[in-house]
Amino acid sequence: MEKSNHMEKIIEIKNLSVSFAVRGGLLLRKIGTVKAVDDVSFSINKGEILGVVGESGCGKSTLARLILRLIEPTRGSVTFDGIDILKLSKKVLRQQRRHMQMVFQDPYSVMDPRYTIFRSIAEPFQIQNIRLTTEEKRKKVDDLLELVGLSSEHGFSYPHELSGGQKQRADIARMLALTPQFVILDEPTAALDVSVQAQIIKLLEGLRERLDLTLLFISHDLSLVSYFCDRVIVMYLGRIVEIISADLIGKNPHHPYTQALIESIFKAVPGEKSTAAPLEGEVPSPFNLPRGCVFASRCRYAQPICLEQAPDLEESGDGGQVACYFPLNSN
Amino acid sequence: MGVIGTVLILCLVFVAIFAPLLEPYSYQSQNIEIMNSPPSLTHLLGTDDFGRDVFSRVIRGARISFVVGVLSVLISVVIGVIVGSIAGFYGGVVDIILTTIADLTWSMPAILIALLIVAVTGAGLESVVLAIGLSYWAQYARLIRGQILSLKSAVFIEATRSLGASDFVLLFKHLIPNSLSPVIVAATIGIGNAIVLEATLGFLGMGAQPPTPSWGAMMSNGTAYLFIAPWMIIFPGLAMMITVLGFNLFGDALIDVMDIKNKDSI
Amino acid sequence: MSFLKVKDLQVEFRVDKKMIKPIEGVSFQMQKGEVLGMVGETGSGKSLTAHAIVGLSTLAGGVICGSIEFEGQDLLSLSEKEMQSIRGAQIAFIPQNPMTSLDPVYRVGDQIIEALRQHVKISKREAKLQVIEVMARLNIPNPERVFHQYPHQLSGGLKQRIVIAIGVCTNPKLLVADEPTTALDVTVQAQIMRLFKEMTVERGISLFLITHDLGVIAQVCDKVAVMYAGNMVEFGSIEALFKNPRHPYTKALLDCIPTIGMAKGSLSAIYGSVPSSGVYPSGCRYHPRCPYADEPCRKTMPPLLEVEVDNWVACYKYYGKK
Repeated sequence: MEKSNHMEKIIEIKNLSVSFAVRGGLLLRKIGTVKAVDDVSFSINKGEILGVVGESGCGKSTLARLILRLIEPTRGSVTFDGIDILKLSKKVLRQQRRHMQMVFQDPYSVMDPRYTIFRSIAEPFQIQNIRLTTEEKRKKVDDLLELVGLSSEHGFSYPHELSGGQKQRADIARMLALTPQFVILDEPTAALDVSVQAQIIKLLEGLRERLDLTLLFISHDLSLVSYFCDRVIVMYLGRIVEIISADLIGKNPHHPYTQALIESIFKAVPGEKSTAAPLEGEVPSPFNLPRGCVFASRCRYAQPICLEQAPDLEESGDGGQVACYFPLNSN
Repeated sequence: MGVIGTVLILCLVFVAIFAPLLEPYSYQSQNIEIMNSPPSLTHLLGTDDFGRDVFSRVIRGARISFVVGVLSVLISVVIGVIVGSIAGFYGGVVDIILTTIADLTWSMPAILIALLIVAVTGAGLESVVLAIGLSYWAQYARLIRGQILSLKSAVFIEATRSLGASDFVLLFKHLIPNSLSPVIVAATIGIGNAIVLEATLGFLGMGAQPPTPSWGAMMSNGTAYLFIAPWMIIFPGLAMMITVLGFNLFGDALIDVMDIKNKDSI
Repeated sequence: MSFLKVKDLQVEFRVDKKMIKPIEGVSFQMQKGEVLGMVGETGSGKSLTAHAIVGLSTLAGGVICGSIEFEGQDLLSLSEKEMQSIRGAQIAFIPQNPMTSLDPVYRVGDQIIEALRQHVKISKREAKLQVIEVMARLNIPNPERVFHQYPHQLSGGLKQRIVIAIGVCTNPKLLVADEPTTALDVTVQAQIMRLFKEMTVERGISLFLITHDLGVIAQVCDKVAVMYAGNMVEFGSIEALFKNPRHPYTKALLDCIPTIGMAKGSLSAIYGSVPSSGVYPSGCRYHPRCPYADEPCRKTMPPLLEVEVDNWVACYKYYGKK
């Protein structure tokens, strides 16, 4: 996979972090910190589908909002096409938003419930001061509806009149109105039935082809991510523990947590459950994390050094990266 | 219940609009000879101490109550919505300052505030409308602030922000329109309150000046003749009660109607 | 005498002057010690079926027809009082969301004790000992300590174990679990499912598991019932159903599930969407989306037929092929 030379990097994230101070007691003194996203660095190639997978508290949703600067980070940089997003003024940032969009998790509440679908989809043009005649507006909205598999009749409905899958399609249509180059999808199918999920995934596959999009796909479902994405980032408690190509994730994971995630998958094939004992314990509270590797408390291979200092992300030997002193299946 | 309320309000509106046509006598025409006469066929609700027809004056009073009620509530709502939404949206120091001002206004009795304002601007209908408007805005500010606080982290607000929307667009095109229902309901009931306050001010002589027949002024006037011509107090009082009841019933029914509209279908 | 036998279960509700049947024609059997999974998507009626077995109030206002025989007794013919003595003691219910099923103002240990003492006459002290034992068997670390904690102090997985403890403390014969792991992390889901499996194998508790996740069914259950839009469309052993799905919906559903190692672009989707409650198509409720649909499919609902021992399908197209 000789990608690095031919791939153009569209997004570059360096040392991105955000922490929240937690205050308590009568005087509301600072009693600790929650490092929602801690020192995250990676890049996304143009036209790539990059997946981010992890369980609750891993910071994947926060990461998405940081990249789009819906939350201000404490540290780090987000570069899009050479421009550092974090340094832009509010006004320029609003214009920049045209190129980077997001599809949100809960399709049930993404649109203003008082707006018709048509009005919601037409709104981005208004917001970005793109002047259109009534005819032009109608045509653009109808084209977008068609693009996502909805009819112009759907434009006359209100969000609560549509099914979950239809709402998600409408949301995708709205997001595409400004012809973005980069789209983040934050658990876009988590709230949908599996058959509807398949429809939306097929839609995304088609759109990515037609519109040459670069996607960041966030999900807790490792099977889905490994099917849909080219590369996968695995996160745990705000840190990246592994970056690996999607084809290799099932065969050759390097980080013990990645392996645990794979082992916890229930395959729809009877009798194929791995006999390995599932990972014990639960994701600890992100509040005042002890030093050392974030996964050490649950890792069955943990050694003293793991509790001392957090390992850095390093090359894993097959094109990916892993943050572990004793990676599995190492070459 | 709501139907009764709607009917009562519609009656009030009708009477208010068509007052000059409905009143059998001009509300001003005096006839000293028949002063303080009880209800009769010629004067359905009797006459007052100047011989003016009480019925006509009650009808004319409806117009005043309606105008005062609606206008003053309009003023309160506009002030309340602006203050409350800015406080809720921006939070922080702005919120603290604005909420404190609202709380201070809230904790002072409306009568006191109204009296103070009328004392400054002088008695009269305009002053009354302004005074009532400035006394009652705090509750609307509170209502909308609460709604906006909970709504501003809604997913659709975040989604619209990610499209590049400015604070102004978010506030005026999405947050406020979605937060108005409780305000509308409160305003409807607030019209009733405003009418009562107007009557109180009128009773104290601070409201509309004679010969303008505000119900409160009529009642104030009538206290001197309580045992001689009680109809001077009874009928304007009754009219006021029925009107306020109408608005309250309507407001209650409105709560249910608005709820259904906003609920998702099951 | 079979352990649990549901025959022609049907529920009818009046909504806005219309009669709708969110469940119709549901029949299946369960043996003692078995793990039966009921799988379906939104609006399939799987949760409602579970609620009907336990006799929950979600069905209030509905007309229930058919029979639910538990150890020979028709539960539908029992009074609420009689049901109360069965519910919690012989048939336990594990609800979906542990966050909302525990009372936030009581310690969790006390809540389990309350559930236990409702059906078993023992002293509080004796109850506490039993409860601690149950908690330990459910792999709750430091049960003594957790006993005294409040729900908000516990993680999602722990809360769900407490909810399970409430369910099993009376040693019920049948456990009905409604999507017990949907709200939990995947690694925790694996732990809880292993727990369920241990309980059935070691303690002989029969488990009726409702879920939307076919993967869980494949790994945990012995038999599976597939629900679509209120009907049962297929029922059979795990081996038979997964290796050789008979109903077109079952086939299509299995093809929509992404798996690691699947070739890119090979995921297929089912055209159309699940009908919403009350607006069902005529005949077979799946026919608008079925590539094999024919005249009889559009006219009348196909009955469930036993095509092999203990394997049932409701599909005209299938009856022909054997």
